[in-house]
Amino acid sequence: MRQPLGLPFLSKINLVYNINYFMFVFLKRKTIMRTFSQTLFFFLFIGITNLLPAQTTITGKVTDKKNPLVAVSITLKDTYDGATSDSSGRYSFKTSEKGEFLLTATSVGYRPFEQKITLSGQGTMTIDIVLKEEVTELSAVVISAGTFEASDRKRAAAVLNSIDIVTTASANGDVTGALKTLPGAQQIGESEGLFVRGGTAAETKIFIDGTLVNNFFHSSTPNIASYGRFSPFLFKGTVFSTGGYSALYGQALSSALILESIDLPERTSASLGLSVIGVNGGYQELSKNKKFSWGGAYAYTNLAPAFAIIKQKQEYSQVPEFHSGDVNFRIKTSATGILKYYAYFNKSRLDFTVKSIDTIGYLDRFAVANFNMYHNLSWKEKLGKRWQINAGLSYTNNKDDIRSGMKDAGKNEVVLPGLEWKKFALDLDANYFNAKLVLERKLKGLSAIRFGGEYNYSDEKSVYTLYNGQEFPDRLKENIKSAFAEGDIYITNALAAKIGTRFEQSSLLEKTNIAPRFSLAYKVSKHAQASLAYGIFYQNPERRYLPSPNDLVFMKATHYVAQYMKVTSVRTLRAEVFYKKYDNLVKTGFANGRDGVAINNNGFGDAKGIEFFWRDKKTIKNVDFWVSYSFLDTKRDFLNFPYAITPNFAAKHTASIVMKKFVQAWKIQFNGAYNYASSRPYYDIRFDGSRYYFADMGKVQDYHNISVAFNYLPTIGKPNAKNFAVYVLSISNAFGIKQVYGYQYSYNGLRKEQIVPPSRVFVYIGAFFSFGIDRSQEAVDRLF
Amino acid sequence: MKKTILILSAILVAGFSFAQMPDKFVKAMEAKMAAIDTTISVQGLTDLANAFERIAETEKNQWLAYYYAAYCNASAGLMAGSGGDIMTAKADKTDPYADKAEKQIKKAEELMKDNSEIFVVKKMVATLRMIGDPMNRYMTYGPEAQAALDEAKKLDANNPRVYLLEGQDKFFTPQEFGGSKEEAKILFEKAQKLYETFKPASTVHPNWGKGTVAYFLSQYK
Repeated sequence: MRQPLGLPFLSKINLVYNINYFMFVFLKRKTIMRTFSQTLFFFLFIGITNLLPAQTTITGKVTDKKNPLVAVSITLKDTYDGATSDSSGRYSFKTSEKGEFLLTATSVGYRPFEQKITLSGQGTMTIDIVLKEEVTELSAVVISAGTFEASDRKRAAAVLNSIDIVTTASANGDVTGALKTLPGAQQIGESEGLFVRGGTAAETKIFIDGTLVNNFFHSSTPNIASYGRFSPFLFKGTVFSTGGYSALYGQALSSALILESIDLPERTSASLGLSVIGVNGGYQELSKNKKFSWGGAYAYTNLAPAFAIIKQKQEYSQVPEFHSGDVNFRIKTSATGILKYYAYFNKSRLDFTVKSIDTIGYLDRFAVANFNMYHNLSWKEKLGKRWQINAGLSYTNNKDDIRSGMKDAGKNEVVLPGLEWKKFALDLDANYFNAKLVLERKLKGLSAIRFGGEYNYSDEKSVYTLYNGQEFPDRLKENIKSAFAEGDIYITNALAAKIGTRFEQSSLLEKTNIAPRFSLAYKVSKHAQASLAYGIFYQNPERRYLPSPNDLVFMKATHYVAQYMKVTSVRTLRAEVFYKKYDNLVKTGFANGRDGVAINNNGFGDAKGIEFFWRDKKTIKNVDFWVSYSFLDTKRDFLNFPYAITPNFAAKHTASIVMKKFVQAWKIQFNGAYNYASSRPYYDIRFDGSRYYFADMGKVQDYHNISVAFNYLPTIGKPNAKNFAVYVLSISNAFGIKQVYGYQYSYNGLRKEQIVPPSRVFVYIGAFFSFGIDRSQEAVDRLF
Repeated sequence: MKKTILILSAILVAGFSFAQMPDKFVKAMEAKMAAIDTTISVQGLTDLANAFERIAETEKNQWLAYYYAAYCNASAGLMAGSGGDIMTAKADKTDPYADKAEKQIKKAEELMKDNSEIFVVKKMVATLRMIGDPMNRYMTYGPEAQAALDEAKKLDANNPRVYLLEGQDKFFTPQEFGGSKEEAKILFEKAQKLYETFKPASTVHPNWGKGTVAYFLSQYK
């Protein structure tokens, strides 16, 4: 629940300009009569002078072979003579030039035309011109199967813009929140991450400026979804692939979330935020030549005040408390290059108890203290006309100290016989280093080839301490080296293909893989296109099931995606069908005295479904809304599943409605969202000494969530306003509908209990202020 | 002393550029300039922009030809972008005009530095960019338009077009967003006063907007 903001609505004052130019047209009409006589004079004047020398008339029609082209500029090169084609594509002009000349025709979106002509000084020359369409990003087909884009680029796949990420009511200012209202993603509330098309959250990998982010979310807490660490305001572009993503990315069986950070800020500014959950402040300075910026921010979050009012299921002896800070600098290295550095630090802790399901009268305790440090350095530069380089480095250090145990009614730590295992300590210390280099060479038109390499290093240490003090230290290092190449081939403006391959080598598995990727897009009409995508995706077994006593291989997924999309400036329709096949999923069992250890890769599964997305800015006046629906049919046999079943993180039907409305007179922006998921299955899987079996199973009730948010922007539209303020009130699950995510079972299997959110309703109240510091006057003063 | 030198050199440069204006150029320009005030369609303004562009590309050293080409393209774009839902992105319609206008005004600026009129057109281009995608471009092009207008005023506080554009902004902005018909009136009156004394440097130098101001002031009666 951080910084919900509605900056774009400041732009309402732009309606001014539309009215302006309506008026402009009327005004011009008024002045016609006044200037008519003057004009007549000029026409006569030109007419007379033009009669004198010998003249050639050049006339013709401009087409794109089929249709006439309007407003094409036809020029007799190096003369003043020429014309502009009219609504039927016709043009005509007279010239008194003689001799050899170049006749040129130019129009935006078409390749320039040139023809040599010889003027004799008399008669009429008829020259019909056919212009060929230029392959441009605006007009060309977009390879979009499996991809959602949230950015301000004018592209077909951009179904959201960057500000939608923060103004979606149910998103609560979390980067992944808005993405959960798109088809393909599940409504999972008991843990963090994006569960895409029957995949687990671990099957979605997140990248910032090209490089992998290892701890995108805050440390996991049982049955509570953690927030993402990064503010959505850090990013200007988001690409969310629900299948068939590019060969530039790997190690994700289901999905890639690719985030692009912002460039230099518009101006120097300071910001301050106050809310029921904490305070934050920041400063960004832009250098006078606008080529360098630096800044930092600090946020203190403490949920005590909020939890005092909104009753939580958990009883906290330490409410969640976060100190987080970031520093950054950005340097424009040239007209086309930028170097960006961003660092993030976090120190947080929480400690709570819940009523124990295992023994009545006792409490289960969980505590986690986290330290996280993340550094990202990236560089983008154009080398010459055709080459582009994208390089990135990231380093993460993450420490989690987890404490689990039991307490009696008097809050004293106890160890109960038979439940000794509930008391443990787990100390994790992990270092991650990622590097990536991508070189791109532009070919003819929009075609391009890209190639490069990626290196992912991880060193994860853990110490597991039993109730009796016995320690089990463990350390696992992994080096994944990857190479990739990919080509965008635009056969015509309407037909394009992307062909790629990725090669990966894992030092831990001592295995390599080669993953081909292929997609094709065809423009059916001016606004509609159809695309296909196919690809093989590999991923290492998850760290938490390692080390394994046996040799493991990569897990594998094969995607098939077909998409139809129709996009106009006010409406977007997107329909997608997919089939995903899983092979070599990890099966777990007992090994080295532990349950849940990867023992082989005999798991498998599949997922198929159909998804619809509809965004409409026109049908309801002044309301922008989108609707998504997903149908998912998936089964898998992995981990300890006795056989292939629909996993507990997959609902068959998922739907969302998101709406946004700005009421200009009140300066209030209303955001609402409704999310729905049909009942998910739940299972109690137990081991009888030789095999796993279902001790119990069932289905939870349907999930409904209605969220609303009100943003009040009192300073909106004040011209030259250097400062602005936003006041926010947001309510999650506004009607307090009971939500059940699943069931958990007691150790002996005799009792089960619903997994529900910590509170039914959550209310957030906050204010955000930004103070622009304009130095232009200072600069002017120094000059004179 | 510094200022005197500046003014002197400005006069010299100006004088130099008049001397550089061939007859043929002036005649062609005058003919097209007369059409500016009577052209009320996107197609017509595009036609004019193309005509100015032909003159500009033939002469290559006349900033005025580039200036008018940019002005006509910006006007055509603003007209093409009017109508329909305001908040809807229409950059696909307006950006081609902005692209052209931007290139041309840049060329004009290369030939004629620190000219108030050029910044007036730059303001128009920034505004055109903004209406192409208001939701996402406000934060970039709003300040850019304002900066261009400020610069235009700084370079020539007596340029009536600066106050005309400023007045229009005030006139059409709803009151709750900082608009004010009264403040607009003061600006229009200031513009009108300046038009009375404004003398274009030649027959082909910018002199548009007088009728527009008169129209706005007539709205107050």
